[in-house]
Amino acid sequence: MIFIEAFKMAKERAVITVTGIDHPGIIASITRTLADENVNIEDLSQTIVQGLFTMILIADITDHDLSRLQQKMAQIGKKQGVQITVQHENIFKYMHRV
Amino acid sequence: MIYSIEEILETVHMIQAEHLDIRTVTMGISLRGCISDNIRTMNENIYETVTARAENLVSEAKAVEEKFGIPIVNKRISVTPVASLLDTPLAGKSDAKAIEGAVSVARTLDRAAKDLNIDFIGGYSALVHKGFTSGDSILISSIPEALTSTDRVCSSVNVATTKSGINMDAILLMGQVIKKTAAISPVGCAKLVVFANAPSDNPFMAGAFHGEGEPENVINVGISGPGVVRAVLSQMDNSDLGELSETIKRTSFKITRMGELVGREMAQRLNVEFGIVDLSLAPTPAEGDSVANILEVMGLEKCGTHGTTAALALLTDAVKKGGAMATSYTGGLSGAFIPVSEDAGMVDAVKSGAIGIDKLEAMTSVCSVGLDMLVVPGDTSPETLSAIIADECAIGMINSKTTGVRIIPAGKEGEYVEFGGLLGGSYVMPLNKFSSAGFVRRGGRIPAPIQSFRN
Repeated sequence: MIFIEAFKMAKERAVITVTGIDHPGIIASITRTLADENVNIEDLSQTIVQGLFTMILIADITDHDLSRLQQKMAQIGKKQGVQITVQHENIFKYMHRV
Repeated sequence: MIYSIEEILETVHMIQAEHLDIRTVTMGISLRGCISDNIRTMNENIYETVTARAENLVSEAKAVEEKFGIPIVNKRISVTPVASLLDTPLAGKSDAKAIEGAVSVARTLDRAAKDLNIDFIGGYSALVHKGFTSGDSILISSIPEALTSTDRVCSSVNVATTKSGINMDAILLMGQVIKKTAAISPVGCAKLVVFANAPSDNPFMAGAFHGEGEPENVINVGISGPGVVRAVLSQMDNSDLGELSETIKRTSFKITRMGELVGREMAQRLNVEFGIVDLSLAPTPAEGDSVANILEVMGLEKCGTHGTTAALALLTDAVKKGGAMATSYTGGLSGAFIPVSEDAGMVDAVKSGAIGIDKLEAMTSVCSVGLDMLVVPGDTSPETLSAIIADECAIGMINSKTTGVRIIPAGKEGEYVEFGGLLGGSYVMPLNKFSSAGFVRRGGRIPAPIQSFRN
């Protein structure tokens, strides 16, 4: 039982990567949607890589539907003209952490 | 941040720009429980078993793709070598009836594959490295019709092992089978591999089957990633070969971790045992996703020139070293693939005359898994095809490694033949004009090699 409880408590995170041409409103539109979906942002970093606006958000998606979030972000990506990918954290954990 | 921006962008870039994907998730399914003395009942059992066990394979693979944002290109199934199921229902039947019965099994597998929406189903196979049972003989005779009257069924025949030698009778027969298949439809030959030392947990087609020693049900994963390796190496113009090897190892580790992640997730979702990750670099016809291009980035003007064998040896060994650290279980073929028609760089090398069958054969001796997707003249004799297979089996047998031949006799020398999709297309490669018929017609078995005094 203890194991099951611990398992349930394990946090599920998504990594949201946003790249595109910088313009006003990108961060606002994404964070607004995450707030509407009651998704907590754990970390956020924004920079310019090779002239492109690049933002990475780590979001807590425990008890959230990842595919719903992906759909929402796809809509914003289209509207804002930026590329947004939403991936479960484990792909990065597996690739970069031993 | 728990991951650096560079790490996150590296992963995203590998997938979006460098064709990193999971080449295949292959479910192995045992059909041993399906055997019946009535072929119709057996077909019903097979359909029932395959469709029940793999019911959620495609939907779960799709869910995993979305969760991690990494494409899973192929969803496949491998089954118990079908020849081992045929002895009971088809014993004592006339040749024509027996072949009809065997083909009905191929059609059943094809129907199951289509209903499940999977890409390929492998295991229309026979293991005859020492000799034939009646089921083996029936299956081999039925291959031309089975492969040309189905779309998704793949076939393989193991004709040699290091422990038992080379069955030259089987090889002679396979030369004829390939000719007959090509006469009906050349694409049929793209679904047929002749093996030495065939692995029983290979997730790649056309050679996948669910062999002996495997559990009831298993998930095996084949990774990809030539594009990623090429991209990394292309920024290392001033590095020596030791540094290249180190970089390939690190890259291979990262690629293989994706296989491990996806394999474990799929196995858990489907409640099936996780088998192995196959560490092969599998190219596709897509620009840049080429093993030949990796060798060229290392400094060879064209793949196939002198030095190619050495470069390929370095590449495969480094891929294995890095990959083996990244996964708990490795298996399958685990070598660099050089399927000519499926690798744009390789096709280019054939076109420019940089590579021929002799160099390809040499390359298979250090690492790769055989003469793969080779187009040779349509008028090639069955004996010459058999002799090509025999050479390749000899390399596999002596070096204790898997080698295979997937060869397509079609068109005229220099002509371009297209197969479509992942199979690609290639120029018809010239062969040695002198006959091998006297040798291969002798038949019998080449005895197993001595395993000591290795030179």
